[in-house]
Amino acid sequence: MLPDRTPIAALAEHPETTPVCVAGRIVAQWEDAALLRDESGIVRLLVKAPMALNALVFARGLWNGKAVEAEGFELLRQPPGEVRELTELAKQDNLKQRRLFARARVASVVREFFDSRGFLEVETPLVVPSPGLDVHLDAVSVQTRGGERFLITSPEYQMKRLLAGGLEHIYQLAKCFRNEEHGERHQPEFTMLEWYRAYSGVEAMMRDTEELVCEVAYALNGKPYLETSKGKIDVEPPWPRVTVREAFARFAQVDVKELDDATFYQLLVDKVEPALADMGALFLTDYPARMASLARKKPDDDSVAERFEAYVGGLELCNGFGELTDPDEQRARLVADQQERTKLGKPVYPIDERFLTALSEGVPPSGGNALGFDRLLMLALGAQSIEDVIAIPASRL
Amino acid sequence: MLDTSEIRKGLKVVFDGVPFEVTYFQFVKPGKGQAFTRTKLRNMISGTTIERTFKSGEKLEKADMEERQMQYLYPEDQFYVFMDTGNYEQLRLTADQLGDNRFFLSDGLMCDVLLFNEKPIGVSPPNFVEFEIIETEPGFKGDTSGGTTKPAKISTGFEIQVPLFINQGEMVRIDTRSGEYHERVKK
Repeated sequence: MLPDRTPIAALAEHPETTPVCVAGRIVAQWEDAALLRDESGIVRLLVKAPMALNALVFARGLWNGKAVEAEGFELLRQPPGEVRELTELAKQDNLKQRRLFARARVASVVREFFDSRGFLEVETPLVVPSPGLDVHLDAVSVQTRGGERFLITSPEYQMKRLLAGGLEHIYQLAKCFRNEEHGERHQPEFTMLEWYRAYSGVEAMMRDTEELVCEVAYALNGKPYLETSKGKIDVEPPWPRVTVREAFARFAQVDVKELDDATFYQLLVDKVEPALADMGALFLTDYPARMASLARKKPDDDSVAERFEAYVGGLELCNGFGELTDPDEQRARLVADQQERTKLGKPVYPIDERFLTALSEGVPPSGGNALGFDRLLMLALGAQSIEDVIAIPASRL
Repeated sequence: MLDTSEIRKGLKVVFDGVPFEVTYFQFVKPGKGQAFTRTKLRNMISGTTIERTFKSGEKLEKADMEERQMQYLYPEDQFYVFMDTGNYEQLRLTADQLGDNRFFLSDGLMCDVLLFNEKPIGVSPPNFVEFEIIETEPGFKGDTSGGTTKPAKISTGFEIQVPLFINQGEMVRIDTRSGEYHERVKK
């Protein structure tokens, strides 16, 4: 049986010459001393014989106010060489480990934010019959006894079914999967914060978003600022709302109504996004209708959809909709997406009939938003790469 | 041909017949739209950098590059002649292809010759080369700080900035990557 041990950070509270027991890994060694590290900190061990480097140990001894004068050891594990997990997570300045503590704190800020506003945290399935038909999202396929299934690319269909079932304010921190998405801002497996408000529209969703980000900034920095890799960004609400049309006119000198999809995305990447990078926190609103297959059209202008995205320091943070709730229009758009996927030679996923049934049974007019939780952390912690805020990114599997 | 997912830092690709090296890349997928890879590319002949965005699915042509260690022999007409000491094959480069590096050549100097489609496009001399100062204003006695500089000509005719304490006839070490004075060489 292992004895009770004192976390290294708590040693300072002990008076001198207290018998203590500490545990952790030997991260440096000399003839008569070694450094022992646990999750909370690092302490010097005074030893009579050299310690084995990298060993995982339990040490008994006397705390002398500065170091532990070790008397006895229990060797738990002597690794054959370098400890890679330590190098990648906790060695050097502990930055990654501190970011993981911050990650957990931000998750609890998020939960508090929604809980205190009367939202219900829900969990919906990750393995589903249809992962959604977005033309540019590819799903991970899995084999089950019931045949081929898919990992969700977002929990959208299932959460909307809950709206039809009578839940009006729901949120979820869900793992989502997108095949072969990998880069500074993408991981094939990532965490999505998704929430819905029944009987509300996009404006309420944008208010939730700016208030949430501001709350996270307060929790981490005590001020409504994010210290990003691009400098300090003011996130105090309200954030400017810029329509897609205005943004393209201003930064690409074109009328967005005259662009085909390919040119639209090319200009978005080449001109608009780089310009947004210097504009702090803002919402891009009113996307061309055909670019939002699950959003409803704006009542007073059917060429645009009730869709918005938040950009903070040029990083695309979320995608929100005034949700499309008309089952016939939804079916027509899904069929069109299937045809487009066929044309592009991409896998064609089935239409989720339970989702369409839920729409026909009545999903209230609702706002929904999907926010990249890992990206929120990148902004909050000033991380350059999404891998910096994920315990074990895909590249380390 | 390469797929956009194969874009990496250091990858060498060809556009319009010119070789470029990828110095930066970022995968982007804005607004649930099509995927792109943003890149910064360094023109391996002129040295200038351009930005380019590739659509996912676009194909890139991999540059056929080779680096060969060769010895500089001598100038001949408007050419500079290099030899592969392994097989005695000789290559002739123009002043344009060499750029300022032509001023850092001395007889027998071993250089890295960069070949694109088996044709030489550039030469990297060693990072440091030594030359004699053949012309400069007399130095000021007592000044060894190197805080200010004066122009000086090396034996190939190239002009560099040197500290005031350097005198005519002295040897200096030059950093060929920046083309700048590095240190004095004691004889």
